[in-house]
Amino acid sequence: MNGRDTVLRSIRGALSDVPRSGTPDAVPAPPGSGADHAGPDVVGLFAERAADYRATVVRVPEGEAAAAVARALARAGARSLVVPPGFPEDLLPPGDWARLADVPPLSIGQLDAADAVVTTAAGAIAVTGTVVLDSGPGQGRRALTLLPDQHVCVVRSSQIAGDVPEALGRLDPLRPLTLVSGPSATSDIELERVEGVHGPRTLDIVVIEDLSLCGRLGAR
Amino acid sequence: MSGADNVIWLGAPAFPDAARTALADTRQRANLRRATGTIRDKRLAVAAELEDWEELRERAAAVKRSTLRHLDQHLLRLEQAVTAAGGTVHWAADAAEANRIVTNLVQATGESEVVKVKSMATQEIGLNEALAEAGIRAYETDLAELIVQLGNDRPSHILVPAIHRGRSEIREIFQREMGAWGKPAPEGLTDDPRDLAEAARLHLREKFLRAKVAVSGANFAAADTGTVVVVESEGNGRMCLTLPETLITVMGIEKVLPSFTDLDVFLQLLPRSSTGERMNPYTSLWTGVTEDDGPQYFHLVLLDNGRTATLADEVGRQALSCIRCSACLNVCPVYERTGGHAYGSVYPGPIGAVLTPQLVGIEQAASLPFASTLCGACYDACPVKINIPEVLVHLRAEAVEAKRAARLLPTPEALAMKAAGAVLASPRRLAAAQRLGAFGARLVARDGRIGALPGPFARWSGTRDTPAPARESLRAWWRRTRGDGDTPQGSRTRGRPGENSRTTEEGERR
Ligand code: SF4
Repeated sequence: MNGRDTVLRSIRGALSDVPRSGTPDAVPAPPGSGADHAGPDVVGLFAERAADYRATVVRVPEGEAAAAVARALARAGARSLVVPPGFPEDLLPPGDWARLADVPPLSIGQLDAADAVVTTAAGAIAVTGTVVLDSGPGQGRRALTLLPDQHVCVVRSSQIAGDVPEALGRLDPLRPLTLVSGPSATSDIELERVEGVHGPRTLDIVVIEDLSLCGRLGAR
Repeated sequence: MSGADNVIWLGAPAFPDAARTALADTRQRANLRRATGTIRDKRLAVAAELEDWEELRERAAAVKRSTLRHLDQHLLRLEQAVTAAGGTVHWAADAAEANRIVTNLVQATGESEVVKVKSMATQEIGLNEALAEAGIRAYETDLAELIVQLGNDRPSHILVPAIHRGRSEIREIFQREMGAWGKPAPEGLTDDPRDLAEAARLHLREKFLRAKVAVSGANFAAADTGTVVVVESEGNGRMCLTLPETLITVMGIEKVLPSFTDLDVFLQLLPRSSTGERMNPYTSLWTGVTEDDGPQYFHLVLLDNGRTATLADEVGRQALSCIRCSACLNVCPVYERTGGHAYGSVYPGPIGAVLTPQLVGIEQAASLPFASTLCGACYDACPVKINIPEVLVHLRAEAVEAKRAARLLPTPEALAMKAAGAVLASPRRLAAAQRLGAFGARLVARDGRIGALPGPFARWSGTRDTPAPARESLRAWWRRTRGDGDTPQGSRTRGRPGENSRTTEEGERR
């Protein structure tokens, strides 16, 4: 008998008290779950909570995003910048950094040597101050946002979900997903939080206050 | 029971003996008090932010309980979904089988080293040791795991395995050991946690960049989509899950969730309960393999290793709902004082006290269900509402049963209980015993307290003083002062609880 049969048989033997049926029990949702933890000012909350975990957050109108990206890069002194395929050109500031496109794919060594990466996002979560990446256009494969020491992430305010359930509902589970809440951190020494371990040590979030948000808020 | 492995450490002393040694280690006690105190406050603050925290716990508990009831079906769906997404699923009945599967998979790549994301499942099966036997070096990349590995130590906490180490000890370990494993610690390393984290970053970087094979655990897996989830903080997880060509994930069979949408409640509860954050810095979710992004070979090893034995116990099976947040450890008054090593298992603390005896069989860990005051703090803290005190009491009964079954003669404890039963059944015998007990106890008491006693009384009296009983029992006092010779109301047939508590206590001593 192989491992699979052994394990399945043991499980069925262990569950002799459970009536066998074709379909598993549905889990009834208890009343009250799904409460809104976000409140009315979703964008403000997102900015506050992301900053709480030591991300640097700026909110800008549509036309000023490129300048905000430029300021973030200049502050960290980035000289080489990874730009994933599909990143909107109008969000990219002019400047004297070396631009690294991931076509053909950059080597791990090249990524490790790059100072910064700039991406869009697949979504964001206000309550937890999280940006969500799904490797879509403008974000690139996962390694791009991992090895450079600074990650500048451009999020549209209309992308920000109030809380975790809403955000997950908008995602495609078949894509590789990364939820990023602040720069990398550890609590492993005396359970004290220290920012900056293996992932990017600097996380800048540029929130574009786009007009579609007004419609969304109005509809609430 | 299958799999000796690391669930219990070979040769580890029983809890009471190990606890005595641990309690004498004042440095460890100070480290633990500081660390658990910090995390308790943080957890309470972020849990209080969600006004429906209790409903979230209810929902999480309901999802876990109902999933376990149809575990086979959910696992089959998971297998199907992972396979459809380009992954390969393996099943391992015990630790030896899991180790064999992983070793073979690594050998098939031709590599002789792997990078590892912190994982309780691989700790449990002793994977690093098994790989070492096959000539494969496993590098732990989580900071706390690294501290444990470099210090040739054992984990003492499920989330922060090096919680028993303070910053200065960590600095010493880094300075002494890093060179033997790769890049040495930087010159002039201080014990500032920032510096220590930076040293770990530098030490591990080269390993991440050259790794071809990674081994991870899993926090959750969604059966409907085949999505596997790893929750972490440092980015070492992302490194391992993203950069190598081959990813091998070892997952306990109880980690499966029916659907991707069930993650919503767990991703709210887990970070808040474990590190006291609204969300941990990085959560990675992947489904099989993705072309041109991350590992192109993905293996999921589903591990039983005593879990189905646990599942068979209708009271004990709730322990399989555990999401390994470690909140129960951080709030436990016993854990805070003894630390994790005293439990003699990779699973310490309250969850260890209920899980370990079930995974390996009660005879192998009979002292663990007693390693608790039954105060209930763990149950209050647990995000999936595992009634740990209930399971502890249930397992205590099993431990007593197992002991009785294994002996020809009754234990002294059983005899004492029998004698107490006979005494308590008769008011006359009780009165006589109380007189005798009061007299004897007053002989050995000093300043109204009974200290350490020799012989069979040592197990009780070695760790606590007992007040000397009053000269006269309540019943005797009643008879004397009421003068009618009648006993107090209600005690004719049965002693009132408070009245003869001292005698009862003596009868209950273990
Ligand atoms: S038993 Fe509950 S509190 Fe303890 S680690 Fe598991 S989930 Fe967390």
